[in-house]
Amino acid sequence: MTTDKKNQNSIRAMIKENKSRRSQSAVMEKVVPKFFMICAVISIFTTLGIVFTLLTETFTFFSRVSIVEFFTNTHWFPFTADDNADYGILALVMGTLTVTAIAMVVAIPVGLAAAIYLSEYASAKTRKFIKPILEVLAGIPTIVYGFFALTFVTPVLDSIIPGGISIFNALSPGIVVGIMIIPMIASLSEDAMNAVPNSMREGAMALGATRFEVAMKVVLPAALSGVIASFVLGISRAIGETMIVTIAGGSRPTADINITESIQTMTAYIVQVSQGDTGYGTTIYYSIYAVGMTLFVFTLIMNLLAQFISRKFREEY
Amino acid sequence: MALINKESVKKKMGSRIAANNFAKFLFILATSFSLLVLGVLLFRILDEGLPYLSLDFITSFASRLPERAGIWAALVGTIWIMTVTAPVSFILGVGTAIYLEEYAKKNAFTKFVQINIANLAGVPSIVFGLLGLTIFVRLAGLGSSVLAGGLTMSLLILPVIVVASQEAIRTVPKEIREASFGMGATKWQTIRRIVFPAALPGILTGTILALSRAVGETAPLLVVGALAYVAFVPENLLSSFTVLPIQLYNWTSRPQEDFHMLAASGIIILMIILLIMNSIAVYIRNKFHKRF
Repeated sequence: MTTDKKNQNSIRAMIKENKSRRSQSAVMEKVVPKFFMICAVISIFTTLGIVFTLLTETFTFFSRVSIVEFFTNTHWFPFTADDNADYGILALVMGTLTVTAIAMVVAIPVGLAAAIYLSEYASAKTRKFIKPILEVLAGIPTIVYGFFALTFVTPVLDSIIPGGISIFNALSPGIVVGIMIIPMIASLSEDAMNAVPNSMREGAMALGATRFEVAMKVVLPAALSGVIASFVLGISRAIGETMIVTIAGGSRPTADINITESIQTMTAYIVQVSQGDTGYGTTIYYSIYAVGMTLFVFTLIMNLLAQFISRKFREEY
Repeated sequence: MALINKESVKKKMGSRIAANNFAKFLFILATSFSLLVLGVLLFRILDEGLPYLSLDFITSFASRLPERAGIWAALVGTIWIMTVTAPVSFILGVGTAIYLEEYAKKNAFTKFVQINIANLAGVPSIVFGLLGLTIFVRLAGLGSSVLAGGLTMSLLILPVIVVASQEAIRTVPKEIREASFGMGATKWQTIRRIVFPAALPGILTGTILALSRAVGETAPLLVVGALAYVAFVPENLLSSFTVLPIQLYNWTSRPQEDFHMLAASGIIILMIILLIMNSIAVYIRNKFHKRF
């Protein structure tokens, strides 16, 4: 009799415990997804934050400087009395585009050639050796590349180019930004070419094509969307690159481009102002947001373009 | 009479084969260019940096005299920033990934979040600096502090961690999830005890690689207002700070050759830190990676 009662009690206790545990876990089942959703929403708020920040501060800037002047004036000369200051973004945009153009002249041929070599010519063993080295190159901080540009590439260029070259110039950071982008173009292009099915290569080779002809006439056209997208992403990366151009490019904004002379890019200007003792609320302070907005729009267009190209022109096999 | 005129075939093939060989030579040349650059870069840095490299260099503060200058403040600053960035970006990144992979329905909102993350990854780092300057430094009133810098860095590497974690979670096969549900486990229990542990090596590898990117990042912290010349270490989350890359930038931008050599010494330390982090990431990937 007593043992029966004891058993009954312990069973009741067990049921009770199970119930409370189940309700506990039911609460968790409700709360946990909400928490994770908040995490996901924060990434959206980051984007909204960027757009909101840039827009509001840029509006304040344009309440002081005419938007027409901003886009048409070719002089950028903010560090002076307010009346004499020039805010023509063209001078900075030209600096950025010059460096980007030089970088792409280096990065596109070398990156693409490396990609073709890795995907069409190299043995598995060579590939296993080279890919980690490209990854190391891609992982080197930009400050190190900047140091390299200023203390090695510039002196070397100075001794090669007849007539010499300024300590700060567009050519040296341009070349080094290009070197920095090579691994990115090489690996993205290689991915695109690897996605081309082997049967197509074998078909072409069976018809007597050399490896070079297979690469140029079969693989490259088939992978073209991915390859072009990698170029566009490279351009976007070069436009947003900061430290290399700040260290080796100088701080002389100009729209008349001479690649052996000092220039200033949009990113370098933002760093220059951040480094100085410009007070909060001055026109110069707001100008970095207007420049940042321009930079953001440039890179956003490039990124969307890359996505569009790789989606729209993809060849499916 | 031969069906094939060997002479004319040879004549035609000869130039094509020559073109192939020449092209192959060019492709190899281009590929070795990268290796050459890496070699020259490492050689230059070791050559310039080794003379100043010593224990004193690591434990001294910045100084106007090159022979007394060191990186202690910058090194400690970098560690402070990482103690903020690592947990914040890990929790937010993995949380987002779990939501997207396990909970989210395939609707417009999910797609929007996904596209948004892809685009965030392409925003230049300096723009994140402007975001941090307005939101954390000014609006939240944190000032140019460790906390403001660390949070800015968290947002910068968030997309990288999300994408890596998503890929890791995706490799966990459906069968073991279903087995867990079959045993009566709830969704959260399955995620916590089955999916998350199985995906953890991949998640950790991605997180460490993302953090190593943050260690080398300079521009956003310059904009947030990290100091270039610091003779003290941060005391709490609201202290001002400097980090290793900013110290290196400061030395590199001075005209004297001695400071360039100091910068090279600092770069050696920075590269060693990155090497260690990357080795840990690779070790975790190889050691704990499960194939299902």
